[in-house]
Amino acid sequence: MSAQDILVLAEIQRDALADSTLELLAAARGLAKAGGGQVLALVFSPDGARHAPSLSAADRIIAVDDPQLTAYSPEPFLAALQEIIASEKPRAVLIGGTSIGWDLGPLLAARLGAPLVTGCKAIEADGDALRVTASFCGGKMLAEVRAKASPAILVALPGSFRPDGEAGKAVVEQRKPAAPLSAGAIAFDDWILPQAGDVDITQQDMLVAVGRGIQQKDNLELAEELAQTLGGAVCASRPVVDQGWLPPTRQVGKSGMTVKPKLYLALGISGAPEHQEGMKAADLIIAVNTDPKAPIFDIAHYGAEVDALDLLPALTAALQAKKG
Amino acid sequence: MATVQTSKGADLLERLGKNGDGKPPLGCMQCGLCAASCPLGQAMEFPPRKLILQAESGNLEKVLASPSLWMCVACYACSKRCPRGIELADVLWPALRDAAMQQGIQPPAELQETFQNIFKYGNTLGRSPRQRMDWTKDLDVRVLDLSKETRPVEVLLLVGCYPSYYPRNQVVARAFARLLTQLGITWGVLGAQEKAIGECDRMFGEEGLFETLVEANRKLLDKQDFRKLVVLDPHAFRALQKYYPRFGVWYPVQHYTTFLAERLEQLKPLIAKPVEAAVTYHDNCCAGRRCGYFDPPRNLLQLVPGVKLVEMACNRDNALCCGGGGGGMWLDAHIVAQGGQRLSDQRVAQAAETGAEILAVSCPYELARFEDAVKVAGLEGRLKVRDIIEVLAECMDLGERNA
Amino acid sequence: MNIAVVIRQVPDLIEPLEIDASGSALDLDSASFIVNESDDHALEQAILLKEAGGATVNVVALDFGNVDDTLYAASAKGADRIFKIPLDGLPPPPRAAAALFAEAIKPLQADLVLVGVQAHDELDGGVSPFLAAAMNLPYVGVIRGVKAASEPGTISVCKEFPGAVMARLKVKLPAVLGILGAEQPPRYVPVSRIRAAMKSTQFEERSVATSPSEPLLSVCRLYPPASGSRAEMLSGSETEVAARIAEILAQKGMVK
Repeated sequence: MSAQDILVLAEIQRDALADSTLELLAAARGLAKAGGGQVLALVFSPDGARHAPSLSAADRIIAVDDPQLTAYSPEPFLAALQEIIASEKPRAVLIGGTSIGWDLGPLLAARLGAPLVTGCKAIEADGDALRVTASFCGGKMLAEVRAKASPAILVALPGSFRPDGEAGKAVVEQRKPAAPLSAGAIAFDDWILPQAGDVDITQQDMLVAVGRGIQQKDNLELAEELAQTLGGAVCASRPVVDQGWLPPTRQVGKSGMTVKPKLYLALGISGAPEHQEGMKAADLIIAVNTDPKAPIFDIAHYGAEVDALDLLPALTAALQAKKG
Repeated sequence: MATVQTSKGADLLERLGKNGDGKPPLGCMQCGLCAASCPLGQAMEFPPRKLILQAESGNLEKVLASPSLWMCVACYACSKRCPRGIELADVLWPALRDAAMQQGIQPPAELQETFQNIFKYGNTLGRSPRQRMDWTKDLDVRVLDLSKETRPVEVLLLVGCYPSYYPRNQVVARAFARLLTQLGITWGVLGAQEKAIGECDRMFGEEGLFETLVEANRKLLDKQDFRKLVVLDPHAFRALQKYYPRFGVWYPVQHYTTFLAERLEQLKPLIAKPVEAAVTYHDNCCAGRRCGYFDPPRNLLQLVPGVKLVEMACNRDNALCCGGGGGGMWLDAHIVAQGGQRLSDQRVAQAAETGAEILAVSCPYELARFEDAVKVAGLEGRLKVRDIIEVLAECMDLGERNA
Repeated sequence: MNIAVVIRQVPDLIEPLEIDASGSALDLDSASFIVNESDDHALEQAILLKEAGGATVNVVALDFGNVDDTLYAASAKGADRIFKIPLDGLPPPPRAAAALFAEAIKPLQADLVLVGVQAHDELDGGVSPFLAAAMNLPYVGVIRGVKAASEPGTISVCKEFPGAVMARLKVKLPAVLGILGAEQPPRYVPVSRIRAAMKSTQFEERSVATSPSEPLLSVCRLYPPASGSRAEMLSGSETEVAARIAEILAQKGMVK
């Protein structure tokens, strides 16, 4: 171990390695190189070692095994994480900006009295400190932040780093916690899966996405018409689903679906990071929003500052004219 | 002797009757003229007559929970025809809506958002107050911002939310600015401080919000020195004329059509060219049917050489509402879900029947609603919707042309 | 159940954000403030729990900006007691704010503390997990939906995961939850009720003193994202833009 090792908390989602983990391994590699340290991947679950091949971008893989780590619960996960940090003394701990990451990152920082930065887009060594670029204010502002103390806990903004596929030396070390982990006050009960039978937006080539700008449930009809004209489906950002106007299976974003369609038409969507996460890989992104500063325009290929509601019927008509 | 059964509903109606707002609802004789006149009556579970009947008979809870409560577009057809003089649209509906909300019944979501927008930002569109003067950007006449420079003026123009923020309506505000300046009138606006006047809330039933607006506007206007308020929005006119005085807040106010119609002689010299078109005028419900101002808008249109005024079958106090009042701008989804129709679609069909090329309006909501309806009816290119100000601006060479 | 809800004000993103003269902080003088959205959901969740099975809802907020408006609305929605923490200057960042809230909430002996899972003006995590740590209570966040469970002193919560998947967890009280959303959108309360609350509600002041700690992060500078990689903007009316888009899609063979 070295004081410049970078620890990445690997996350297993639905029995596969989370995309965020692969991103973080790439980010860690750059940092570790700069300080002459190694990339450590930490994975939990009784059979965490099974995922070792996917973690080959790390130099060392630590698999911690304990019955309490089978299903997520903050306390045992935190305890296991703390133990490894105490023994390995990494310079930084990189955690994905996931549902679990948002729990563990801050809790860990609180326990250790360590500096914490969330929404990390870029990380660099800066002498004995780390210089981090963080995104906040709904993606409308960036902050350059310096964290001196070690370890620094960094929760990444998903999609900020590109997995580079560089293979490391990947030696798997099986460990058990010093003492069996206790369950704590929070226990996993069950998974609640979305209802089947609705459109699977992840399989659609053409998506018409609506956001707050849609204003009224009635206007979904207009979006439906456009989607039909394109041979696609309607999806939405979280506020629309929150209102109950569309089911959660149509939600795109951090806690919804991740889609990679040929066309993503974002209508009245501001494009906060949580939403961008779910759609930035689309081939062609066209965004319509009356706010010229809407973050969606940063990732869209084409944009227009017109009212989405006015555009909807006009676009349907224009497309039908092209067809007919 | 028969005992009179009092119920919560009857109490509410009785209270309404005592506050000087028209005749007591309890005087209703169930003649049904209101329900028959209501353009959406057929789709309502409780049209006006039944509202009163059910409320009186102890079914107030049913009435308050009914989706009918959110279908009134404040067209005043019922109030106008009620032989007992009951203020149905202005008093009964808002009071029932208020009673519903007090009990925790949630108004339709789109309407909630509008209330919140007004409460937070002082406008119905949820836009930043700081952008309220955006309509004056690159304008070729000077707009006096009285919030920055308080000076005595003849006219304090209350621009309104849609003309301030909504691109289609901004064109009208700008043309009016040029017209006022050409008339040599000293005038100003409240700038970023201007807030909604609040008719809409009074009508929606958000009476608490209305009170907040009255207080805020009183503070703003009392600081200013003006001879008259002029408004572009007939709803604002009605609120200022009729309801603000209830709170002891009174200012002389005119809708722009009346203001301009008093100045026909000063307008004549400004005419530069004709506007050759058959024009039909849609009477707005507030200044029109409710307050009786049918002639001023027509006089203005007839001033323009080349304009041939044609009337729709339903006009003046029989005009069919565009569906935007009483919260209607934000209730289309709700109304359609209840089986009601888009009134603006029907009205545009009536306009097309006259053979007119221009449908002239004088209310901010109508511009948006009728242009939508024109598209839906496939009449684009055949029927244009224009505010009267735009028609005047065209003949006086004072406007941006609408594409 | 005794519930404590933390409510924060955040800069309203409807206004453009300004950076102050130092270049390393937001210019809060020019900002307007609104209630943090997920805190609004936390309050709604608390009121729902109160309506479902009887609970006392205590609201705790820093005395900053126009927080009074939010607190009167909270009272009108059914909050039982409202505590304001006096503040000298601007609200502190999450860790320090969490310490203040912890001190204010401790005397309430709450079974459940609900806080919005994040606020958009936070750079280092959220108040919610730090609050839990400061109070030495269990924590789980990204929660949508809280219900009483069959076992006494336990609640059942749903934690959101990607793909519209949720994990149901059982939580033994006392605990802190980071709320993403309530089971229904925050309710509307008519302004007249808020105005009535203004006349009848007494806020309680809760002064707390905490020792200032050395900041663990230093902000070097703030800057807006580069407009270099921005979209190609299409101009004109809706009809013109629509025609342009249809052209683009046709060129790419997407119009069939």
